Amino acid sequence: MQDLAESLSLAIALVLSGDADLIEIVALSLRVSLSATMLACVLGLPLGALVAIGRFPGRGAVLVAMNALMGLPPVVVGLLVYLHLSRSGPLGFLGLLYTPTAMIIAQTILITPIVAALARQALEDLHSEYAEQFRSLCLTRMQTVGALLWDGRFTLLTVGLAGFGRAVAEVGAVIIVGGNIDHLTRVMTTAIALETSKGELALALALGIVLLALSFAVNAGVQGLRVSAAARGAHV
Amino acid sequence: MSLKLVPALILMAAPAMAQEGSIIVQSTTSTANSGLYDYLLPMFEEQTGIDVNVVAVGTGQAIQNARNCDGDVLLVHAKPAEEAFVADGFGTERTDLMYNDFIIVGPADDPAGVAGMTDAQDAMTQIAEENAMFASRGDDSGTHKKELALWSDTGVDPAAASGQWYRETGSGMGATLNAGIGMGAYVMTDRATWISFGNKQDYEIAVEDDEDLFNQYGVIPVSSEACPSVNADAAQTFTDWLLSAEGQEAIGAYQVDGQQLFFPNATDSNAPDDNG
Repeated sequence: MQDLAESLSLAIALVLSGDADLIEIVALSLRVSLSATMLACVLGLPLGALVAIGRFPGRGAVLVAMNALMGLPPVVVGLLVYLHLSRSGPLGFLGLLYTPTAMIIAQTILITPIVAALARQALEDLHSEYAEQFRSLCLTRMQTVGALLWDGRFTLLTVGLAGFGRAVAEVGAVIIVGGNIDHLTRVMTTAIALETSKGELALALALGIVLLALSFAVNAGVQGLRVSAAARGAHV
Repeated sequence: MSLKLVPALILMAAPAMAQEGSIIVQSTTSTANSGLYDYLLPMFEEQTGIDVNVVAVGTGQAIQNARNCDGDVLLVHAKPAEEAFVADGFGTERTDLMYNDFIIVGPADDPAGVAGMTDAQDAMTQIAEENAMFASRGDDSGTHKKELALWSDTGVDPAAASGQWYRETGSGMGATLNAGIGMGAYVMTDRATWISFGNKQDYEIAVEDDEDLFNQYGVIPVSSEACPSVNADAAQTFTDWLLSAEGQEAIGAYQVDGQQLFFPNATDSNAPDDNG
């Protein structure tokens, strides 16, 4: 427990000192994971909505696949992305390996199934509430998807946060495709792994506390948005 | 989620501008974890303007990454594997860069009674006979290859005891030290990692000063014939600097806790041969 107390004071000291390296690492973590979350939402929300309202053969299999892919192991995603982006791989000519872009790609693949599967469940419930209304309005499929996404936007915000949480906390994928290169691809989780391997456990834990604080800040920010939107009388 | 943000994000996701003067070094972990690069690279970067990006993984993985053309320079410590890398056409030339040595660390109560021994094989045989815990890297790294070579000389087959007294962590040096210390096991490590390691607890060096524990590091520029994408000029500049009098002096000057971690020997033909 002495470690924990030491780490806590170290974490506070780190944050207060405004350490330039720490700010760089935090900023890259946010940039990579927020970008991946946005991309995953752009891909996953409409996909989830389409599956939610669709009735097609093989739908059960699609649902199982979407739900199962929520459990994609980060290290496997990292390996697959590495094999594609490696100079000897099919996309090697792009020169993306060991860049933040590679990390965004890996995290997007990791969390798109989470966003899609959770959105599907939420929107399907919503759809069954509104199904008759939609039918009476003779909405097209696209209009229905749009209406569902809009009406469910606050629930979907939580879905996005679930994706962000997974992205910002994972280390297995970004350490393989990013390489944990100082001042280039080092993020919070890979920095924590590095300090652990150096035996600097208190510093590693302090970085973990900073990461947790970051996660709190992002979630509090989103919560604030939601409350202020509700206060303006938006449909919750 | 506002869709207005999407174009901005795609911009964020655009490939980083390719830097003319940047190279990737596929490296073993000990040189990175001990802080050597943090000490050396600013000197080199200031002189040449070349950015050096270090990917620190085990020697086995570093070599594999370099074979996939995902690095410009290889800096590892497993001479036979390095020579195979060059023989297969992936490297231009392998040069001795520096050395230090391996040690076996153990808990202060020394359950196998090997503290103070200077013969690694004898100590390892005794650890096996006493069924004392031994934590192995088990990850095909340079240190792991070395450890297996030492075992094969003893006649003990540790793999037969895997999961019992012989624990293969399948992890890097630091993670293996953390795990080994957690379970009271003996661990073979390079001295640089040990000196700079922050979680020693009650562990001490048990076995050292055996010629068989010699640890040679080599440097190899990746061949532009095998890998047209490499930044061959910058890679050669970096290699030449490491091997130059200035680079060698800088390596020798690096200390942690008043101890020298790496001994430059690019021009030293008298260094003992690495038999690992």
